Amino acid sequence: MVTPKFLKFDTLSLHAGQQPDPATGARAVPIYQTTSYMFDDTDHAAALYNLERPGHIYTRLTNPTVAVLEERVAALEGGVGAIATASGMAAIFLAIATLMNEGGHIVSSGSLYGGTHNLFSFTLPRFGITTTFVDVRDPDAFKKAIRPETKLVFGETLGNPGIEVMNLPAIADIAHEAGLPLMIDATFTTPYLMRTFDQGADLAMHSLTKFLGGHGIAIGGAIVDSGKFDWAASGKFPNLSEPYAGYHDLNFADEFGTQAFLMRARSEGMMNFGACMSPTNAFHILQGIETLPLRMQKHVANAGAVAEFLEASDEVEWVNYPGLKSHADYDLAQSLLPKGCGAILSFGLKGGRKAGKTFIESVKLASHLANIGDAKTLVIHPASTTHQQMTAEALATAGIGEGLVRLSVGLEDEGDIIADLKQALRASQKV
Amino acid sequence: MDIIVDGQKAHVATGGREPLPGEPVVILIHGSGMDRTVWQFQSRNIAFRGRRVLGVDLPGHGRSEGAPPKTIAAMADWLGRFMDAAEVETATLIGHSMGSLIAMDMAARYPERVEKLVLMGVAETMPVHPELLEAARQNLPLAPELIVFWGLGDKAKIGGHPEPGLWIRGANETLLKLSQKGVLATDLTACDIYTEGAAAAQKVTCPTLFVLGRNDQMTPLKKGLSLADLVKNSHATVIERSGHMMMCERPNQVYDALKGFVI
Repeated sequence: MVTPKFLKFDTLSLHAGQQPDPATGARAVPIYQTTSYMFDDTDHAAALYNLERPGHIYTRLTNPTVAVLEERVAALEGGVGAIATASGMAAIFLAIATLMNEGGHIVSSGSLYGGTHNLFSFTLPRFGITTTFVDVRDPDAFKKAIRPETKLVFGETLGNPGIEVMNLPAIADIAHEAGLPLMIDATFTTPYLMRTFDQGADLAMHSLTKFLGGHGIAIGGAIVDSGKFDWAASGKFPNLSEPYAGYHDLNFADEFGTQAFLMRARSEGMMNFGACMSPTNAFHILQGIETLPLRMQKHVANAGAVAEFLEASDEVEWVNYPGLKSHADYDLAQSLLPKGCGAILSFGLKGGRKAGKTFIESVKLASHLANIGDAKTLVIHPASTTHQQMTAEALATAGIGEGLVRLSVGLEDEGDIIADLKQALRASQKV
Repeated sequence: MDIIVDGQKAHVATGGREPLPGEPVVILIHGSGMDRTVWQFQSRNIAFRGRRVLGVDLPGHGRSEGAPPKTIAAMADWLGRFMDAAEVETATLIGHSMGSLIAMDMAARYPERVEKLVLMGVAETMPVHPELLEAARQNLPLAPELIVFWGLGDKAKIGGHPEPGLWIRGANETLLKLSQKGVLATDLTACDIYTEGAAAAQKVTCPTLFVLGRNDQMTPLKKGLSLADLVKNSHATVIERSGHMMMCERPNQVYDALKGFVI
C-alpha cells in the first residue's frame, strides 16, 4: 500500500519553512534585520502592494526571518499558514478584529489567562464587542450562550490557572452547528501535545513566548488558520466574504479561499494595528522550536512527578493536574492529550493566602515571576498577579481560589525541583 | 461572482477588478479536486494588467453547483457553455493538470474560441495510480495526502514559500480535503481514462505555452515536453525547483513565464 512519506513532527520542528539561505548558504535561519525591501521596478512594487504577487514590502507586514517562524508554526499545527505577532495578546486581538465589527459577540470559556479575560471583559466592550463567559466543563452552556450576533467561540486547551481540559470535539461541534468558528489558545499544550485542528478547532493561537520559545528571552505570538472554516458559506463574516473598500473592493474569500482570513488579517491588521514581531525575536523563538519535542517530553515527565509529589504532601489540600487520576478531566485528558498534559499545574496549600505567600517567598530554585513555559521552574500566586483585575465572581467562575499557587514545571533535575518545593512547603506551614 | 450555466451557478474569481469593455479574456481552469483559488498568485496579477479574468470553479468544485462532468470532453463542452453564458467569444485559456487537458481539448475541438493556450503540469496521458484512485473513490484522506505528496516538489514540502507565512503543503491538502465527496474520484477517473491527448495536441493551432515543473512527479517533464512537440505553434518553459503545482509553488517564476505571452 502506498503511503505519503511526509516529514514528521520532530523533523519539521527543525526544518519547516526554511531553505538554506540562497545568497550565502547559511544553514541557520539568518536574522533579516531590515525594515524594508528593494522592489525590482515600479510594476513589481505596485503588484506587491496590490496583493497580486508574493513578497516582502515592509517588516511591519512581513519579514523573511519571521516568515520562517510563521511557516514552521503552521506546519507543526497542520494549518494553511500563520501570522506571527508581537505577543500572544496581539494575536488574539488581530484575530478578533479581523473577524468581527462593532456589535459582535464572543462565547468564551471562563477559564482564561487573566489578560485575555481582561481584553474580553473591559477592552473589547469599548469597541462594541461583548463576551459571554461560560463554564468550560459544560459544553451545553456554550450552546445556550450563542446569539444571532455571535461570531466566535473561544477557549484554552488547558484552562489558566485551573488546568481544566476543554472538550474540543464537543465544543467544536456546537460551534460548527451554529455556523461559527472555534478559536483555541493552545499555548499550554503546544502542537507537540495536541494538534487542535485535528480536534475540531478552526483557528489556533499561541503565546510563542512560552513553551515554543522555551527560553524566556523573547516575547511573541502567532495565529494559525486551519483553512477549514467556510467564511462565505457561514454568511456571518462580511469582512472576509464581501468586497473590502480598503483594497479596491477585493473579496478575500473569492480570491484567496482557505487563506482568506490570513490575507485579510495581514493586509489590514498588520498594516493598520502594527503589532509585528521583530526578526530577532523570531530568530530566538525558532531556536526554541528546534528542540520543542525533546523539551516537552522532559516538561511532561517532570510535571507528572511534581504533581504526584504534591498530591502526596500533607501541606497540600488539592492539586490540579489533568495527568492525575484525581483530576475531574483525567479521562478526557487521556483521550485528547495522550502524549501528556503539559507542565502547568496549580495547587492549594493548607493555610490559604498566607501559606501561599510564604511558600512563594520560600522557594529557592523556582523563580517567582509572571511567565510560564520557561526551561526553568516558575511559580506565581494568580489572585494577586496575573488574574488581579478579575472580580471575586469572575475568579470563582475561573476556579481561582485565594490560596491557589500556579507552577510551571521546568527542565531541571526532577529531584532538585521536588527538594525545593519540599522545603518551601515545610516553611509555608510554620507561619 | 456567479454565472448561470445549464441553470446552475458557476462561481468565478475575477481577480477583484471590474474589467473595462472589450478587454481580452483570460480563463483559468484548475486541476482535479481543486478550485479557483489555486490561481491566487496569477488571477489578480493578470486582472490588473488589463484582462478580464474568469477563474472558474468547475461544476461541483469550490462554490459552483452541479455534478462534475465525467470526461475531459464533457468538461470542455461545459466550458464552452460557460463562455456562452459569460458572453465570451474567444479567450486565452490557462489550465493546470486536468485543467490543461480541458483547455487543450477545447482548443482542439473549438479552435475559433481559443486565442492562446497555457498548459501547466500536463502530459499526453495522465494515468492515475490505482491505489490513489481507490482511495479517492472511498473518499479517504489518503487521496489528498498522496496528491500533495506527489504533487509538490521536495523543496515545497519543506517550505520557504515566497508568500510569507503560507504553508503550501497544508494549503493544498486542506483544499483537496474540503472538496465535495466523490468529486476528486470523478476528476481523477476522467484523467485516467483520457486517451485523446496526442490527437488533440496535433489539432491545436493557436499559440501555446507549456509551463512544466523540473521535478514534477505527476506529469513528468519529459512527457510534458513530448506533448509540446506535438503542438505546432508552441514553446515550453521549465520551472526550476518545482513539482506539479508550479503556479502555487513558484509563482514568481510562473509570472516570468506568462510575461510577454499572456500579460
